[in-house]
Parts: sequence; C-alpha cells; structure tokens
Amino acid sequence: MIGVQIAALALVAAFGLAVVLVQDLVRVAMLYGIYGLTLVVLLVVFQAPDVALSELVVSMVAFPVIVVTALATIRRRERRGQ
Amino acid sequence: MTRQSRVGLCAVGLAGLAALLAWGIAGLEPFGHYPGPYGTILNAVEPQERHAANVVAAVVFDYRGVDTLGEELILFCAVMGLAFLLRENREENTRSVRDRASSDAVRAVGIVAVPVVVLLALDLIAHGYITPGGGFQGGVAASAGLLLVYLAGDWRAMRRAGPLRLVDVAEAGGAAGFVVVGFATLIAGGAFLENLLPLGTFGKLTSGGTIPVANWCVGLEVSAAFVLIFLEFLEEIMAERARDR
Repeated sequence: MIGVQIAALALVAAFGLAVVLVQDLVRVAMLYGIYGLTLVVLLVVFQAPDVALSELVVSMVAFPVIVVTALATIRRRERRGQ
Repeated sequence: MTRQSRVGLCAVGLAGLAALLAWGIAGLEPFGHYPGPYGTILNAVEPQERHAANVVAAVVFDYRGVDTLGEELILFCAVMGLAFLLRENREENTRSVRDRASSDAVRAVGIVAVPVVVLLALDLIAHGYITPGGGFQGGVAASAGLLLVYLAGDWRAMRRAGPLRLVDVAEAGGAAGFVVVGFATLIAGGAFLENLLPLGTFGKLTSGGTIPVANWCVGLEVSAAFVLIFLEFLEEIMAERARDR
C-alpha cells in the first residue's frame, strides 16, 4: 500500500465515524455528502473512476436532497400538529 | 434480559465475527493482487469484441446488460411507487407557491451553474462508453441541473422546466427503450440484448454497437427518475406551505 491509499482510507474511516457519531439529522445529511466525497477520493486513488462518479452523484446530490426534503416536510407537519 | 447477559451475548457474537473476519482476511490475496480471471480477460478481448474504450461500460451495457436492465427496472418501480404514494395523499395545489431564492449571490452563482451542470451531465452520458461516466452518473447529474433551477430560482421555475407529465413519459420511455433494444435483438435473430449493430471505430462516439443506445436509454430513465423524486419530495414541502397560508 502506498501513502496516498493509506491517507484515503484514513479519511474515509474518520468521516464514516463522524457520520455515525453526529446526532442532528440535517448535519448527518451534510456530513454524509462530505463522507461520500472522501469515498470518491478513495475510489479515484484505487483507479475506479466509474464507481467514483456514481458515488459522487449519489452521495452529493441524491441522498442529501432526499433526506433534507423529507426532514423539512416532517418538521413542518410536526409544527402544525402541536 | 438483564444488561449483563445482553453484553455477554454481544461479546460472544462479536468474538465469533472477529474470528471469522480474521480467518477471511488471512485467506485474501496480497494487497493489490487481483486473482479473478474475468477482469483480465475482458480487458484483453473487449476492444476487439465491442470496440468500446471504457470496458466498464461494455460490461454494464452489454456483457452484463440483463443485470443493468434489472437495476434500471428496480429504480423505475421504486420511483413509481413513491409517486403513487405521495400523489395519492396530496390535496393542496402548489401552483400558488413561489418559494424564491432570497440571496442574490445564490441566484447569480446558480444561474451560471445550471448550464454548466447540464452540459457536464450530457457529456458524462454521451462519452460514457469512451471515458469514465455513463447513463446513470450523467442522469443523476442532469437531475441536479434541474434541482439548481429551484435552488437558484424558484419552485415555479423548476416546475415549468420539468413538467411532471413530460418527466413521467421520459422515465417510462427510457425504461422501455432498454427493453425494446433487447426485444429488437431477439426479433433480428440474436439472443436477448446481443450486440448486433455495427461496432464502429474504437474510441469514437459511434463505437460499441448497441452500447450507446442502451446508455442513452438509461441516461434518460435515470435523469427522469431522479427529477421525479426531487419534484415529488419538494411538492410535499410546497403543499405544506400552501396549507400554512
């Protein structure tokens, strides 16, 4: 293993842990985007650019949008229910 | 169950898992050594057999085309289910909601970003079988372009840029297109999804036979599917806003 690969793996481990430890769901959605970006770096380092692009669009676009919009809807409904 | 016995049970499970993991890792090839034959074989034969410069795309849309068709239909069914569920229970009309982006800076950057993202998406799809990329990646990127219309503009602009009826048709058309490619090859006398079209010159946009056709079908389906997800989820928020008024 070379240095870049070790660094990429360490980044993924650090941000993966952060995603699990953070409690607030909006922050989790944003942090997950950054975690996905570290996965993209990892996949590029390991020479899998096709998978890196898939990971990029899913973790930076699709997932955060779905989570944040779902949370916004739920919170509005909860506020009205009170 | 007491806390102590639960911790004990967990420890036993974890110890078993750790032992299995250690056993599995010990049997792995050395780091960076690829033992499987298929990658090496495909890298060697694909340029002659399919003329597509991106071997991954050739695997996705040709050698393992049926798998991709199944994945595409999974996405199609999931998004259809989502649309059915949310549309069924929605009562408010959101046409009156505007929800304009309030920051001038966001609007300025967003307006510049929309064409850039859409062009990048089209490039990812168009060259998906020559360089890294493809229908799925480009499709999601294209849906992000439309999402930017909402983020930088307003809800009304996004609805107008992506009319629901057109998106529905595009999603179904893309999913159906891939199936049609499969049946067309059957009718032409080949196997399902067999590559019967002229293969073209290696590295050119016309290379790959049916790979570009399948690639564009998937691109259309995925971009429409994700646009539909965003539209339906945002519509929920806008319906709540309309109700709050």
